[in-house]
Amino acid sequence: MEQADIRKATRGLVARLTLVAVGMFGFGFALVPLYDVFCDLTGINGKTGRLDQASAEATQVDESRWVTVEFVANVSSGLPWTFRPDERRIRVHPGEVAETVFFARNTTSVDGVGQAVPSVAPSLAAKYFSKTECFCFSQQPLNAGELKEMPVKFIVDPRLPKDITTITLAYTFFESKQPAAEAEIARTEGSPDSG
Amino acid sequence: MSEATANGAHHEEHARGISRWLFTTNHKDIGTLYLWFSFVMLLIGGAMAMYIRAELWEPGIQLSDPNFFNQMTTLHGLIMVFGAVMPAFVGLANWQVPMMIGAPDMALPRMNNWSFWILPFAGLLLVSTIFMEGGGPNFGWTMHAPLSTTYAPPSTDFFIFAVHLLGLSSIMGSINIIATILNMRAPGMTLMKMPMFVWSWLITAFLLIAVMPVLAGAVTMMLTDRNFGTSFFDAAGGGDPLLFQHVFWFFGHPEVYIMILPAFGVISQIIPTFARKPLFGYSSMVYATASIAFLSFIVWAHHMYTTGMPVSGELYFMYATVMIAVPTGVKVFNWVATMWKGSMTFETPMLWALGFLVLFTIGGFTGLMLGVAPADFQYHDTYFVVAHFHYVLVSGALFAIIAGVFYWLPKWTGNMYDEKLAKIHFWWAMISFNVLFFPQHFLGLAGMPRRIPDYALQFTEWNVISSIGGFAFGASWLLFLYIIIKTIRGGEKATDEVWEGADGLEWTVPSPAPYHTFNTAPEVK
Repeated sequence: MEQADIRKATRGLVARLTLVAVGMFGFGFALVPLYDVFCDLTGINGKTGRLDQASAEATQVDESRWVTVEFVANVSSGLPWTFRPDERRIRVHPGEVAETVFFARNTTSVDGVGQAVPSVAPSLAAKYFSKTECFCFSQQPLNAGELKEMPVKFIVDPRLPKDITTITLAYTFFESKQPAAEAEIARTEGSPDSG
Repeated sequence: MSEATANGAHHEEHARGISRWLFTTNHKDIGTLYLWFSFVMLLIGGAMAMYIRAELWEPGIQLSDPNFFNQMTTLHGLIMVFGAVMPAFVGLANWQVPMMIGAPDMALPRMNNWSFWILPFAGLLLVSTIFMEGGGPNFGWTMHAPLSTTYAPPSTDFFIFAVHLLGLSSIMGSINIIATILNMRAPGMTLMKMPMFVWSWLITAFLLIAVMPVLAGAVTMMLTDRNFGTSFFDAAGGGDPLLFQHVFWFFGHPEVYIMILPAFGVISQIIPTFARKPLFGYSSMVYATASIAFLSFIVWAHHMYTTGMPVSGELYFMYATVMIAVPTGVKVFNWVATMWKGSMTFETPMLWALGFLVLFTIGGFTGLMLGVAPADFQYHDTYFVVAHFHYVLVSGALFAIIAGVFYWLPKWTGNMYDEKLAKIHFWWAMISFNVLFFPQHFLGLAGMPRRIPDYALQFTEWNVISSIGGFAFGASWLLFLYIIIKTIRGGEKATDEVWEGADGLEWTVPSPAPYHTFNTAPEVK
């Protein structure tokens, strides 16, 4: 190639390669929503579904089966609260709307805000486990010394694979990092999680 | 470049002193800078490894606190990957790619200067974190969240900036290499006539452009999680720490091929020379390299088998991973077939190439063991993994770099190195390397976890043997330094061809290679 041609070809190539590099930088960030979508679709990672009350009640109850649902409550370090389920486990029919409560107490003399993050094990069961009502949908302010009763309503999808007979629902309370107002906005946009 | 001067000694004029190196746009000068920089980083990272082996000499805490030990393992890994191995290959590319394709220089000489001069600052920034309050990064070179976000020392922000700079340097260097290879080849040199080293670098450069920005993205998310209230990797804000591992390893797996593909290229130059036969299966070598590069993008989660992935995910990543053995096997068999019935001689570059071939293959096999998901549950995060990646990165990447240095050193300096000393160095390094790393396989299989300063008593013997090998291997690099300096200062004059069986454009220019080569493009038939 002639000098001028080389220079021209090089300029075009550099522009395209730079574009690829910038694009891949964006791709790194695009992995964040892609990861969430992937987890939603497959139900792995323990992310559970959210269902409105009406469609939950319309679900056909499968009375021939029993599923044991176990409850686990954790508090992350840095949040001096106590947190426990009212019952360790309950037995439900798939398709039936069940309800249980958790208790959280702020043991300190300082008001605080927490956010509970749910997780379902085995992870394959997650997409068959939906909640119609949950304290994890919103941030929970707890005044100093306050004890709060937190209800959860959930439904197990009758399509749950036959070999799964026990589902564990675990909650971990984290100290909320965002001010409550910001969190409200985040929630209406569909994050931080679907339930 | 407007004047079409023939290659000659009268074209040697360049600035003298420090400004020659600061402002140089010459690919040979910049190649030299890259190589010296990576050697300095090799010694710094090596000193950290010596500390690690000294601490592991016996059970209990000997030298310092565990947090400092963690900083040493972290920085050792980061410095060796980003400071030593990668810049060394870029240095080889700078020196050799233009000479091998008959180009007068790199396509973008001024950007080339920038690509290099970012590095010392990034390296300094990275190393300086040790002296900051709270210590340097202590979360392992994989920098998994939340260790690198919630629990990391304040110096992590400096570390993040250093990674950004290193990435920028790599991307600029890669763009330059691609532009050079695609636009500056001598007339007649079609893509399928390019030397294998050039091919391997073309593919590596594309890998770099594709994944270094992803790493930059990952550390940027770390940065905002740490300082600006985002929650990419924090479950409390709706994020997920596992996401970090996915993003990191999406970069991390191609990264290991970035460090080994140029090594394949170097070996593919050396073995034909000393076997006095053309490379067996040239086009299959090209396709194998490209296949490895492609596969490297779709296997990342084999680093994450124990994170609780569904079995279907493990199966997919296991099959995809083991598939890489096919193109890699093609390469190994082609090298062996090149030597088959060749009239082989065993000068130092060939010794390093053969050392590479044997030891890299061992590392490849342990890689297959790790790639098998059910078996990985035993090996994960043990010294078996440490042994594996040192067999592919030290006796793979580093051995190939040293092979390349001895192979091209006479062309660079005009002098032959001291063959006797170089052979002593090879055998010294070869034996001590195996004493150092082979026992780590046993330690790992017996259950010794990686990244710990203390261990149970039954691991003592193999750790002592490993440490003895470590100190010997570390010391061998001082002999290497002596050999290089001795060669630069003088020695038997090298011929233009240097090696009897050498083939390629770089051997048609005088030794030492003049400051400017191929101002008039050669004709390739």
